[in-house]
Amino acid sequence: MKSLEELKELREKLQKDIAMRDDSEKPKIIIGMGTCGIAAGARNILQAVLEEIDKRNLDIVVTQTGCIGMCEKEPLLDVQLPGKKRVTYGNLEVNDVKRIIVEYVINGKIVEDLAIAHFEE
Amino acid sequence: MDHSIYRSHVLICTGTGCVSSGAKNIKVKLEDELARFSLNKEIKIIETGCHGFCEKGPIMIVYPEGVFYCQLEEEDVVTIVEEHLLKGRIVDGLLYKEPLTEESIPAYQDIDFYKKQERIVLENCGKVNPESIGEYIGLGGYEAAGKALTTMTPLEVIETVKQSGLRGRGGGGFLTGLKWQFTHTAKGDKKYVICNADEGDPGAFMDRSILEGDPHRVIEGMIIAAYAIGADEGYVYVRAEYPLAISRLEKAIEDAEELELLGQDLFGSGFNFKLNIKKGAGAFVCGEETALMASIEGKRGMPRPRPPYPSVKGLWGKPTNINNVETYANVPFVIKEGAAAFAAIGTADSKGTKVFALTGKINNTGLVEVPMGITLREIIFDIGGGLTDGKEFKAVQIGGPSGGCITEENLDLPIDYDSLKSIGAMMGSGGMVVMDEKTCMVDVARFFLNFTQNESCGKCTPCREGTKRMLEILNRICEGEAREGDLELLEALAHHIKDTALCGLGQTAPNPVLSTLEYFREEYEAHINEQKCPAGVCNALASSYQIDQAVCVGCGMCVKVCPVDAISGKPKESYDIDAELCISCGACADKCPVDAISQG
Repeated sequence: MKSLEELKELREKLQKDIAMRDDSEKPKIIIGMGTCGIAAGARNILQAVLEEIDKRNLDIVVTQTGCIGMCEKEPLLDVQLPGKKRVTYGNLEVNDVKRIIVEYVINGKIVEDLAIAHFEE
Repeated sequence: MDHSIYRSHVLICTGTGCVSSGAKNIKVKLEDELARFSLNKEIKIIETGCHGFCEKGPIMIVYPEGVFYCQLEEEDVVTIVEEHLLKGRIVDGLLYKEPLTEESIPAYQDIDFYKKQERIVLENCGKVNPESIGEYIGLGGYEAAGKALTTMTPLEVIETVKQSGLRGRGGGGFLTGLKWQFTHTAKGDKKYVICNADEGDPGAFMDRSILEGDPHRVIEGMIIAAYAIGADEGYVYVRAEYPLAISRLEKAIEDAEELELLGQDLFGSGFNFKLNIKKGAGAFVCGEETALMASIEGKRGMPRPRPPYPSVKGLWGKPTNINNVETYANVPFVIKEGAAAFAAIGTADSKGTKVFALTGKINNTGLVEVPMGITLREIIFDIGGGLTDGKEFKAVQIGGPSGGCITEENLDLPIDYDSLKSIGAMMGSGGMVVMDEKTCMVDVARFFLNFTQNESCGKCTPCREGTKRMLEILNRICEGEAREGDLELLEALAHHIKDTALCGLGQTAPNPVLSTLEYFREEYEAHINEQKCPAGVCNALASSYQIDQAVCVGCGMCVKVCPVDAISGKPKESYDIDAELCISCGACADKCPVDAISQG
């Protein structure tokens, strides 16, 4: 290590690998991974979410859930921003993920054409 | 350092405690199961150091939710993967249940055991992979060392540590900053820093867990200390019985050297530091600093009189600073967060936190870190979950073979270095053995004295001969062969040894005897005058067990457990114990469903 700055740069690179283990409240993306979801392509959606988060250095919890009954609209993806209503997006394609993250997760504007419901937790 | 994206981190504790309860098999099983569902690219497995909750091992924590699973068996892994990791459903049956309320608690920070703890030293323990320098750096590791080396003078570092009020965690409680200052001012072209990891007290495993769980924190603390006193070389003296701690420390040193966090010209400051490991052969006396240094020099591990103190004349005659593992592990926090932040925790004269190893007759055996000034009642009953089998609390032994007993009356005393001393115990390194009504205090004193007697190096007469005589008296008392005046002789010897022994081992060896004599003198007297062991532990004095025929239901459970076949009778009627054959082990009384068996 040649300087403190060099160490701090290295930390920048490394800290997101461990950010998941921080216990504070963070935005949450929940992906429907029941049999129906997986059959409709939820795994690709999940992969796209993870890649987008990594690319943009976002601190977001990604988790999955089982079937909630709207199998018709799978793949489903819920976004829970701290202090906001939970928004459900459905009938997703891989390309939609980027829009949801940029427009809603980062800028807080609901992507109306993809949203199918929002409800109180 | 590879960078891949995962949606979940599964932490498996691989501290020594969990490894012995089967954590390695759990990990292998988890790898197989993740592969079976092709989840291995989405979910990362991380081996961590001790979470402290060794009682509930093997332990697994699943992030991002932070769900705590405990006491896992291999087949549980299948359920966790299929339910939680694949479908996102928390497996309720494998969660921790609070013993009092029977309530399942998913998030581990909500468990009573963790709630009252305040973690500085153990901050990363159980959270990071101790074999990954990347994770330590990702959490801000080595920045305190960088800050000290590039923006502070050695004297400023010493001043900060002094102001923080940090005191030595190895037992003595000497002000760390002051110790550093002595070594800093001592004249010498070559100086050393040493980390004392020769933890040997029965029931203590704080240092081991820190080295196993977060070795880089100790290394960082040592770099800062070396810079402050002007040393360019250091040793970690760790006992060879700690193979996992040694291998993790070796890996940590290697990785730090590779990133030039150890070696030449650190952070471009011109400061050099080389760190070595010295494996000790496991003699208790080598925890004494002068004996420890003799051992590093390749000599027989024996103490020498002080002064001169190591800060003036230490390793190979050079000024040397020796601190304990936990002390060094506190240093990065002090430098990074500042003296005031550290001094804000604790009591007037004891700042910060203390790590204790909780063992004995307590529900939650394990490792806890609590702020100074907490009461023993909070540690034992809130964090420790109370005594096993609902037994009555009798005493807690603090400070191992050098410490003393604390009884019910002092349970609400806020504990720090000075309050413990005032009641005849000491902080020691932090071993805490909880004892219940079935513990014989004379036997406890005998156990500890037997330990120190065995570990006496033999150099000075008071310790070599004196502890031997004391042990003989204690053996006589427990065997029911005590002579008139034995108790007075025991007490006198204890005081003489305390006053005249050469080193800390001898000077503190009588403490367990003196403290049990003070609080439980009547137990000693019962052994001597009435030939009775009130707790029913000392075999020679224990009276045989009897069955109350009026209560006995004739179930026959006692017959099955009696190791000497002393019980006879008819099923569904009643049983009887042959007093001649009974060895008073108490196995029958423990098993009896109607409490019909008692000691006569």
